[in-house]
Amino acid sequence: MAQIFAYIAHKNGVVDDTAAELAVAAKKIDASAQVTAIVTGSGATLDAACQGAAKAYAQVWKINKPELAYPNAEVVRKLLKNIVPASSIVLVAHDTFGMDLGPGLSIKMDAAYASDVVGIDGADGSTLKIVRQEFAGMAHAHMTVNAAKGAVLTLRPGSFQAGDAAGGAGAVTDKSGDAGDLGAKRKFLQVVEAETGDVDITKSDVLVSIGRGIEDQENIGLAEDLAKAMGAVVSCSRPIVDAKWLEKARQVGTSGKTVKPKVYMALGISGSFQHLGGIKGSPFIVAVNKNPKAPIFQVADVGIVENILEFIPAMTEKVSG
Amino acid sequence: MEILVCVKRVPDTAENEITIKGDGTDIQRDDLVYSVNEWDNYATEEAIQIRDNVGGTVTVVTVGDSESEEILRRQMAMGADNGILLADGAFDGSDARGIASILAAAVKKGKYDLILTGAQADDGAGAVGGMLAAMLDLPYASLVNKVEVAGNKLKVGREIEGGNQEMNEIDLPCVLSIQTGINEPRYVGIRGIRKVASVEIPTHNAGALGVSGVGKAGAQVKRVDYFTPPAGKGAEILEGSMEEKIDKLIELLKAKGGLK
Repeated sequence: MAQIFAYIAHKNGVVDDTAAELAVAAKKIDASAQVTAIVTGSGATLDAACQGAAKAYAQVWKINKPELAYPNAEVVRKLLKNIVPASSIVLVAHDTFGMDLGPGLSIKMDAAYASDVVGIDGADGSTLKIVRQEFAGMAHAHMTVNAAKGAVLTLRPGSFQAGDAAGGAGAVTDKSGDAGDLGAKRKFLQVVEAETGDVDITKSDVLVSIGRGIEDQENIGLAEDLAKAMGAVVSCSRPIVDAKWLEKARQVGTSGKTVKPKVYMALGISGSFQHLGGIKGSPFIVAVNKNPKAPIFQVADVGIVENILEFIPAMTEKVSG
Repeated sequence: MEILVCVKRVPDTAENEITIKGDGTDIQRDDLVYSVNEWDNYATEEAIQIRDNVGGTVTVVTVGDSESEEILRRQMAMGADNGILLADGAFDGSDARGIASILAAAVKKGKYDLILTGAQADDGAGAVGGMLAAMLDLPYASLVNKVEVAGNKLKVGREIEGGNQEMNEIDLPCVLSIQTGINEPRYVGIRGIRKVASVEIPTHNAGALGVSGVGKAGAQVKRVDYFTPPAGKGAEILEGSMEEKIDKLIELLKAKGGLK
């Protein structure tokens, strides 16, 4: 079986939750694998991150380079191509970094690529058996990945539950000397923090959240009326912000705000994993959607199959009445 | 600036209920509404705006069949100057790497300063742009939500976690995958599409492009089947008239602290 590597995301010396999840996923490919964590960075926090990774991995490779101070995928890709042996399997979290890194890495390694993997059903020789989702989560697919020449997999955060990860107590090896040429034609400049809006949706106990089902900017007022009647705040999913109908600060999801309300009313929201990734703290979720197959019904506590443009005014009237 | 935009014809998931065929070989495609992939529409709009600012041409390209021509015409009605259709039975069943190889061959037949793709399409993989860049040995940035031309470089913003934006400077030529929300794609009316109805769209096959090893046989990643996962806990679906449903919901909300 091929060697398995996991690229570890970390910030301020703390490894991301996905570090342990990648270790769990690796064991699903090969239960006896001695998985190597690769931790890159620069400066004082790197050692703390390596210690964090060592808890879940048998071995840790530390690469300490000024070019790696910020994880620029164009630089990390060159590094991995330089240090990972041919035909290896590389696991990366399917976050905005993994999406930037993975496809190109597979080409440079001449390896297969599968992204946003939500399940692994083991391996048959060098063929990996995985599960993905297509069509905005409305269809699941069993896939095979020919890893004879290696593979790069990005794994959906939260899909591989940590806990049964084998204890690591791994040794940290400094591999900085093997990094090779890290020159890149893309230079990281800075991170611009998200603007704060006039309303802080993260502070509200009840959110009336709207999605594509609201259909028109003119209908936003319907949701505002319901929120007012319920003493709630209006939030939304991505398409509403893309359409510029509500400000970015109202968006719930991995690319928006993370909220922890007591009650979350998902109105006309299909329920993509990026949206669900922004809902924490196990709120009581109410889903209203005219499509009974919308993935949101899988995670909601209560569902109503109705057109929200009819539901919302009727609900507002009842609540106010 | 010579800009190439890679687009795809996909079932519109906002307009369709996706149902899996009984044998799991495919989804039910008979009554599906198809459209241009949403992300690609933002990419086309961005290309048009860049061209309008700094000059040049916008070419849209797709790997598909004769039916895919309609989305090329739609993007030309938006304002793209040229369309190219890459069509061959040998392309059927290609994985992302196969599609990227076909597109890479088409790129090499032209001379482009900037290549745009959507950040992802119907399979949610988001793989083609990054693969294309690596095959062409060009720099790449994904999930781009801001582009500024600065001489022979671009300043690009990437959407990262928490709604933050990662700013980068990237050399031209390069490949960018475009995130939704970067702009407001213009509306295309029937009249606009009629205007470009007779514009000739060149078609290239595998032989003309000099690509081989693509299609199902060359795919490293293959779909075995579509399936419906065992239902989880799932929501308690409230039944009855609208009024009955709302009454039940209000009771539940009161119990959960969602209503006073």
